[in-house]
Amino acid sequence: MDIRWDNLGEVSLASFGVTIAVVVLFSLAIAAWSRAGGLRGLRGGAAGGGPARVAAGAAVLCFAACLAVAAYGIDLIVPG
Amino acid sequence: MESFSFLLIAVVLTALAFDFTNGFHDTANSMATSIATGALKPRVAVAVAGVLNLAGAFLSTQVASTISNGLVNDSRVSLVMIFAGLVGAILWNLTTWLFGLPSSSSHALFGGLIGAVWVGAGGSAIQFAQVLEKIVVPAIASPILACGVALIATYLAYKITQRTARHRVDRGFRAGQVGSASLVALAHGTNDAQKTMGVITLALISTGFLPHGAQPPWWVVLTAGMAISLGTYVGGWRIIRTMGKGLTDIQPPQGFTAETTATAVILSSSHLGFALSTTQVCTGGILGSGLGRRLAMVRWGVAGRIAVSWVLTLPAAAAVGGVAAWVADQGDLGVAVVAGVAVAAATGFYVLSRRRPVNPDNVNDVPPREHALTGPSAL
Repeated sequence: MDIRWDNLGEVSLASFGVTIAVVVLFSLAIAAWSRAGGLRGLRGGAAGGGPARVAAGAAVLCFAACLAVAAYGIDLIVPG
Repeated sequence: MESFSFLLIAVVLTALAFDFTNGFHDTANSMATSIATGALKPRVAVAVAGVLNLAGAFLSTQVASTISNGLVNDSRVSLVMIFAGLVGAILWNLTTWLFGLPSSSSHALFGGLIGAVWVGAGGSAIQFAQVLEKIVVPAIASPILACGVALIATYLAYKITQRTARHRVDRGFRAGQVGSASLVALAHGTNDAQKTMGVITLALISTGFLPHGAQPPWWVVLTAGMAISLGTYVGGWRIIRTMGKGLTDIQPPQGFTAETTATAVILSSSHLGFALSTTQVCTGGILGSGLGRRLAMVRWGVAGRIAVSWVLTLPAAAAVGGVAAWVADQGDLGVAVVAGVAVAAATGFYVLSRRRPVNPDNVNDVPPREHALTGPSAL
């Protein structure tokens, strides 16, 4: 019998790392998007000016990072 | 030759029937939390899952080279044993479905095969060390790992968004959840439909209809894909209710973390080569998301019943598979008797389920038994 504990360890570490990274990024994105006031912040409208624009930009970056991880996931699922 | 064909047809039909139960048993894995949080309407959710399972089935047609993944000595597996094993797996899947328990369809299939081979070829054909390595250890590791990861992820998700307006948080996480749930459904299609294709293809090879090492013919890919996606679309509403509402109360952030955990664990396990059970990972993730939110109620009675069903899956399916193998081994009449009993039992389960039906309209109600035990879930 050989139970590959090292493989289980790798799987645990990888799942932990990826999940925490995605959840933290997505949560930050939601918080930042909300602070920016949604699309208005992105356009730098009257709502908040500079800080709102920064928050909106951060949100977009975080969402994009999550999308990239999801795309990598699809790449892993689809063989070849 | 004629008796040969009868058995072969029985194996193909039973494999497709198993594939169907596999689909509706596992809809809950990808969609239970999305339905519970309202991210997707129940009927839309099962349609999305069904389509993604079908897509997954066509994406990956690289069949497994062994039926049992090394759990039994494949050279001693006969067509009758495959048939009996499938019957054992189907009946156990229907039993757990009736009770709304998410149990692993692969464990049921392996259990049925082990029982059938044990009776048909003797205990020496079973690789017990492999059973420990490929079933028992993953079955313990999967839920613990997923539960731990989801717990921490959920805690962080709430911590980070605690100053953000609730409705914005919920809307954001609901959208994200649809994405991660879809990935789980797609991954399911590439894995599980392929298992049935493998069984049918190996049966065709063993009877000489296909040459050794053949890829599944187009009609096998098509029917297996259709069976699992149809099963997914029909939706095992009883299991969806247990996972979405029975285990814990799921809010959108928890739904997102549970599904993200499930996706990450399933993909890293299949990519890094330590096979974990999808059902157990998803259940563990939901439990963890319940433990990670302050004030969330976890119904340990439900978790306990699920755990019992996991322990029973292998021996129960093996017992049915063993009896079926013994009867079916008596010739065509035996095969017909087993098939008849299986159809009658399946009909019986269906009739029993109608006494307290669970459907898209009441899937989001807390199960009556849990309601009576713990009161309304006001927390």
